[in-house]
Amino acid sequence: MARRETPEVNAGSMADIAFLLLIFFLVTTTIEKDKGIARQLPPKEPPTDEPVIIKQKNLFIVNVNKHDQLLVEESLMELKDLKQAAIEFLDNGGQPNGTEGYCDYCKGQRDPESSDNPDKAIISVQNDRETSYKMYIAVQNELVGAYNFLRNRESQRLYGFKFTEVSSAIDEGSYKGNESSAKEKLEKIQEMFPLKLSEAEPKKSGV
Amino acid sequence: MSKFNKKKGGALPAINTASLPDIVFMLLFFFMVVTVLRETDLLVKNELPKANEVEKLKKDRSVFLYAGKPSDRYKDKYGKEGKIQIGDKYTDVTNIKFALTEARLKLLPELQDKVMVALKVDKETNTGLVTDVKQELRDLNMLKIIYITSPGDPNDK
Repeated sequence: MARRETPEVNAGSMADIAFLLLIFFLVTTTIEKDKGIARQLPPKEPPTDEPVIIKQKNLFIVNVNKHDQLLVEESLMELKDLKQAAIEFLDNGGQPNGTEGYCDYCKGQRDPESSDNPDKAIISVQNDRETSYKMYIAVQNELVGAYNFLRNRESQRLYGFKFTEVSSAIDEGSYKGNESSAKEKLEKIQEMFPLKLSEAEPKKSGV
Repeated sequence: MSKFNKKKGGALPAINTASLPDIVFMLLFFFMVVTVLRETDLLVKNELPKANEVEKLKKDRSVFLYAGKPSDRYKDKYGKEGKIQIGDKYTDVTNIKFALTEARLKLLPELQDKVMVALKVDKETNTGLVTDVKQELRDLNMLKIIYITSPGDPNDK
């Protein structure tokens, strides 16, 4: 029995097949890039009898109506000015020097008519039910931006790094160095400028 | 001169394409590995709003909730009002609790306490719908939420 030699398989079309598959995966690929603004909702609590009293000057009221217009502290404002206004409010430090709650790291105007210190300052956002979600996110984004700006400033001054960069590096697990001590530092910065964003339940539309 | 004339008669040498499949396969494997086939079919329009002060989402501990107008092919059937989608189907506001509890059970047991609700809401939606969802989440005690956005500056018109 003569053994026949096996004919060589023509591999010329291999590239075509591979290309076909490649194109399929190219088209279906969505490289995940989900990012967003994280929030902690307030827990449900039984209604208390005595309402908490907050001084008017420690409140920064942002109102958004159904036409997506901004009313900040009773005056109309453009979205692009909101961040600066919020920074000025948070960084004001109106509590006089020597008294309790004096903010020694604030660099604001120290206007007694504005917030006492960042711990007491509360930003309150009121939406209309018909406000567009786009505007809602834009407002939230600007306010978070204001906090991030101040936190970055303080972390740069105290520790020489940027708050946002280090916290995102820790999240991704790519932080080089002592993670627990960095986390402690981050917490300290967070205490200096605690995120106090309150959201009132939206009013019925048309008011 | 003969040095230069030498090649004149010869045809262009063929490029060896034997390694082409290898290259293509390498690319193919790369895309196969990074591909995530969409798990859920979107029933709602989902154009995310822009934001730049963002954090990364931890995917292993999140439950997705979509909201927006029904997409074009479902418009005739479901109208133009904003709707909520969890998993593969539309959900009513009153039904969110049940659907989310169910979705949470699909996560790893050790991560179920750390669950985060990722809200993918279309930018044209009314905030009222989102508020209703948030009220339900508070009732359910799932307090960690993240508004998923697309990168960009919201100030750009």
